[in-house]
Amino acid sequence: MSAALEVAVAGFALWNPPGRARPQPCILPPNERRRAPDTVAVALEVAQAACANAGRDPARLPMVFASTYGDLAITDYMCSTLAKAPTTLSPTRFHNSVHNAAAGYWSIATGCHEPYCALSAGRYTFANGLFAAALQVCADQTDVLYVAYDIDAHGPQTQITRSHGILGVALVLTRDGSGTSLELAAVAERSADTAFAASANAMADSLPLIAALERGSGDVLRLPLGPGSSLQVQLRHR
Amino acid sequence: MLPLAITAYSVVCATGYGQKALLDALRERRGPLRPNDFTAQPLPTWIGRVPDLESATRDLPAPLTPWDCRNNRVAWAGLNADDFMSAAAGAVERYGARRVALVMGTSTAAIDATEAFYRHVDDPAGVPPQLLQPELHTPHSIGDFVQRALGLAGPCFTIATACSSSAKVFCQAERLMRLGLCDAVVVGGVDSLCNSVLYGFGSLQLLSPETCRPFAVDRRGLNIGEAAAFVLLERGDRSDLTLLGYGETSDAHHMSAPHPEGLGARLAVEQALARAGREPREIQYINLHGTATPKNDAVEAQVVANLFPATTRASSTKGWTGHTLGAAGSLEAVITFLALRTGLVPGTLNTTQLDAECGPQIQLDNTDGDIRFALSNSFGFGGSNCVLLFGRQTA
Repeated sequence: MSAALEVAVAGFALWNPPGRARPQPCILPPNERRRAPDTVAVALEVAQAACANAGRDPARLPMVFASTYGDLAITDYMCSTLAKAPTTLSPTRFHNSVHNAAAGYWSIATGCHEPYCALSAGRYTFANGLFAAALQVCADQTDVLYVAYDIDAHGPQTQITRSHGILGVALVLTRDGSGTSLELAAVAERSADTAFAASANAMADSLPLIAALERGSGDVLRLPLGPGSSLQVQLRHR
Repeated sequence: MLPLAITAYSVVCATGYGQKALLDALRERRGPLRPNDFTAQPLPTWIGRVPDLESATRDLPAPLTPWDCRNNRVAWAGLNADDFMSAAAGAVERYGARRVALVMGTSTAAIDATEAFYRHVDDPAGVPPQLLQPELHTPHSIGDFVQRALGLAGPCFTIATACSSSAKVFCQAERLMRLGLCDAVVVGGVDSLCNSVLYGFGSLQLLSPETCRPFAVDRRGLNIGEAAAFVLLERGDRSDLTLLGYGETSDAHHMSAPHPEGLGARLAVEQALARAGREPREIQYINLHGTATPKNDAVEAQVVANLFPATTRASSTKGWTGHTLGAAGSLEAVITFLALRTGLVPGTLNTTQLDAECGPQIQLDNTDGDIRFALSNSFGFGGSNCVLLFGRQTA
């Protein structure tokens, strides 16, 4: 890719506590808050915090939700139930198993009729989600809420997937703004694999970007974007 | 909105391999749905199963065998139908692998492989090494597989918004192309039969124990199907078929039920028309979402009756294919291309008496017509709506 995408960060939020602490997003009514899958809880928590930090009305923001795996706890429940007693499958867990569950709950909780996207790009999910969100900002001249999250692998899943803890990040991206600007460009160079370190959450690629935003430094980051490419992120503080 | 030329497309579904098999089945009103013979335990419903997918002739070639699973076999069959592989190779040759993007849509991805892994996990003989392949166990298994199969190196991700997934891929393609981030986009949808969706929709009591009857007064639910459909999109006037508009909205109502007045669906139709600069009266055919569940069809019938004149023809083709979920957007885009190119306006299979809520738009019988502008509707769980508007240029 030759062209670059330039966006500003109006607000951001991170949920990355030690262990696997689960947030209780107050945007959900108390009974739904308790029942919500972990992915929904963490996604809604950071989405709400980022919108508040950015001073934006969530009902007016198109959304991009990204998760490498979706809700691994529900996948574990579904696959073990299907292997043993398939006709006992819970209808609620089934409809919560869709990859767009967090996006769906968020749009319902905020009354937002703007479109959402829910995506995965496997090991390259964080950078691709950021890219897709920036693409929408630039193409449609709109602010976009980007939410990225993953949870820990459960049960036998630890043999086939690697992810630890509960991690969520959200950014409100805008066309212009006074905050930090990001210039995004794909470069044909493989970046160092950090996120899939044995002890990391699958969304750990987000952490260098959040750290740079918190520091307020003019860093250049390279995030894994594909088997032979990286997303170069140039930060500029204004 | 940058109109995009549709320069190649391919399809595999219950009607068989390729456009001709699908078109013949549509013309002859032959329904290939069959009683459920997929699940190990009985589940009384009908399914749209791709025929002979298990045969050795459908095996993946050696470099791709590490990613063998039902979903990727459906994908491989789709890539090999209708000469799609050579069309994609042509785009790579014209623009370079880095300038061809890939956006796939799915709901199941390769969950069939994850289900199989769980069936083997307590097996004293151990898990077959095939099932330990990490790339299979994410929703992106399909994007990863198609990227390998086509040798693409541009932007690549997988959209999973339930039943709107592979309609929304067209919207992302348009944005990528309009901003000049690539010169061609391969989009598509692949979903395969698996226990998750069969027992899952069963648990929601949305499966019909008979063949599905979209918009029928006596409809009893949907039939799950599997399919792969791929579309190559490029700039300029390289084709008579063009993506002219799209609309994407959220219902903001309920996780598994549509908005009762179809608010999100109506907004999506209006957006698609506005992006294309077209009026409802110019739309000659709508391929409806038409799942044959009581709620979807009631709401969609109402939206169509309120927005379109009696001259617009509309139908659900799920009686031929079943509901292919994450593949439905791209599969039904291909059916819409067939209507635009051949003039065959498919009716609605299996339905004999329409629900009273249906307007004059909804057709049971096949008809012929000179179709210039057509819509394809996709509405998914979580209230995700996407409507695509396609056109055909006349010489």
